[in-house]
Amino acid sequence: MNRIIRIIFLDILKNKIVLAYTIILGILSWSSFGLEDNSAKGLLTILNIILFTVPLVSILFATIYLYNSSEFIELLLSQPIKRKKIWLSLFLGLSLSMVLAFFIGAGIPLLVYAPDSVGIMMLVVGCLISLVFVALAFLSSILTRDKSKGIGIAIMSWLYFALLFDGIVLFLLFQFSDYPIEKAMVAVTALSPIDLARIQILLQLDASAMMGYTGAIFKDFFGTSLGLLISFLLLCLWVVVPFFISLIKFKNKDL
Amino acid sequence: MKIVLYICLLFSSLLHANVIEVGPNKPIKSIKKAIALAKAGDTVMVHKGLYKEGNIIINKRIVFLGKNVPVLDGQKKYEVLSIKADSVVVSGFKVIKSGYATLEDPCGIKVYNRNYVVIQNNVLDDNFFGIYIQNGSHCIIKNNRLTAYGKEEQSIGNGIHCWKSDSLQIIGNTISGHRDGIYFEFVTNSVIWRNISTRNVRYGLHFMFSNDDAYISNIFKNNGAGVAVMFTKNVKMFNNFFEENWGDAAYGLFLKEISDSYIIGNKFSKNTSGIHMEGTNRIQVEKNVFEANGWGMKILASCSDNIIKNNNFLGNTFDISTNGSLVLNTFNNNYWDKYEGYDLDKNGVGDVPFHPLSLFAVLTERNPSAMLLFRSFMITLLDKSERILPSITPDNFVDNSPLMHSLPL
Repeated sequence: MNRIIRIIFLDILKNKIVLAYTIILGILSWSSFGLEDNSAKGLLTILNIILFTVPLVSILFATIYLYNSSEFIELLLSQPIKRKKIWLSLFLGLSLSMVLAFFIGAGIPLLVYAPDSVGIMMLVVGCLISLVFVALAFLSSILTRDKSKGIGIAIMSWLYFALLFDGIVLFLLFQFSDYPIEKAMVAVTALSPIDLARIQILLQLDASAMMGYTGAIFKDFFGTSLGLLISFLLLCLWVVVPFFISLIKFKNKDL
Repeated sequence: MKIVLYICLLFSSLLHANVIEVGPNKPIKSIKKAIALAKAGDTVMVHKGLYKEGNIIINKRIVFLGKNVPVLDGQKKYEVLSIKADSVVVSGFKVIKSGYATLEDPCGIKVYNRNYVVIQNNVLDDNFFGIYIQNGSHCIIKNNRLTAYGKEEQSIGNGIHCWKSDSLQIIGNTISGHRDGIYFEFVTNSVIWRNISTRNVRYGLHFMFSNDDAYISNIFKNNGAGVAVMFTKNVKMFNNFFEENWGDAAYGLFLKEISDSYIIGNKFSKNTSGIHMEGTNRIQVEKNVFEANGWGMKILASCSDNIIKNNNFLGNTFDISTNGSLVLNTFNNNYWDKYEGYDLDKNGVGDVPFHPLSLFAVLTERNPSAMLLFRSFMITLLDKSERILPSITPDNFVDNSPLMHSLPL
């Protein structure tokens, strides 16, 4: 298994795209931190990267990579290796490279300029978001054999989580504003990994507003260490569940 | 000769006030007895020790001095020190454990309808009310340290409580753990200067119906609900710090029905709301710093003719918020770190007006749980388009001359 991971990891490194992704993340982060003497602007830039760029690149790159390496996967399948092992190694290789790219590109400037709770929270959440969207890529690429369809599904799911979902939540909030829906809304955020990530970071970044005004729901849930733990577990579930579904499908798939 | 000597002695006894010493090792062991022996103008010097004498009443014009911090204990039953004479000086005591009663409000030190009383350099610990000036004038409360351990509003009194007084000076006191750090009601022409009021259950400073007062260079930090100034005119608030007042109804500075006042040179940082204004008129908000607050300023539609100029707004979640579409206040020459305009003629003033009210601030005002979506990409897009073409936010809510660089405040 280690050897397969190493092969995939090296293959991805040879592929210049991840390198370019790392460099772009690096340029964005360093320049936005260097722009002003306070780290607020830089943190906001990285927040947007985490909520927008990281999911897009992770899901697209992983999906395309999976389709392109279908021959390699078939070759591996002809060997006496368990399917589970192959799929898991692919996942580990891909997610390792995406996480590494994020860590080097955005994580190091974060640790240099904002080595406090905000920076560390962003770093952890960014890595988790990379993992989540690699897992979603695995799911979307296993759903269909058709490459263009698979990439389409990947882009759609990104669009849904990054944009549509918040629109729906906003709509619900205002349609049902006469009802006590605050608690339900907290539960609804669990349905989107990007929202979970965003709220975790916001609680550190805009503490005065988040902990104060809408106090009740935020403080009582996300503000407590139990809430923090639960939302991290939920993020982890967002990694495990899509990958697990794809694994079952891969095991039973007629190639 | 003898007669001359007697006359001299007589005069000298008139001129020289006596010092009556009280202490465990002195002939007089009881403070009450010493006060009974004293004449107006005498000094009662209390030496180190623990004195449990119930309610001590000072009803003569004396100087009441503590040497090496003697402790006056109210045993949780009595008011400790009651001052019922003009021009009394109380200095150097540690006053602890006043009684608790909701009808009489027993205090550490209370002044009853008297003038020119000086209370300084005392330590007050675990009292119901700390220092209470009732209907006094020209009193000075200086360099006292007041500590209490209040958990809820009902079970604890105020630190420095002033009622129906005039020309007071509250200087350099440190107050924590009371209900309101400093409480002013019907107090006029007074000054509150260089006090530190922290971790009080309700307000750091509570201020009502008190005209023509000034509070300058105080620190109000981490109080239950910040500072409230209500139903007052001609207040001057200069160079104070309002910090870390967090909560649903917590404000750095809460203004209600205030008019003709000045808020200049203050710093508001890390509050849920920096300033909350309700029904205020003709207030000048100038040269303040609003930093890392949830809401820099909340100006409700009931405010009019306020001038907000030359302030720095830095790193607030929302700079300004309001609850209506009526805008009767002016914003000028402020620095907003969210300003994205340009300055072609390089005069330091941005060429495009700044709309400090974001769409999302309006949305959360209507529906607080929308805060859940803050900084989401969707919201950022909506905000951007709203700033270019205001439709929901009032378009006259504008700073026509936003500064390009922050003011050195």
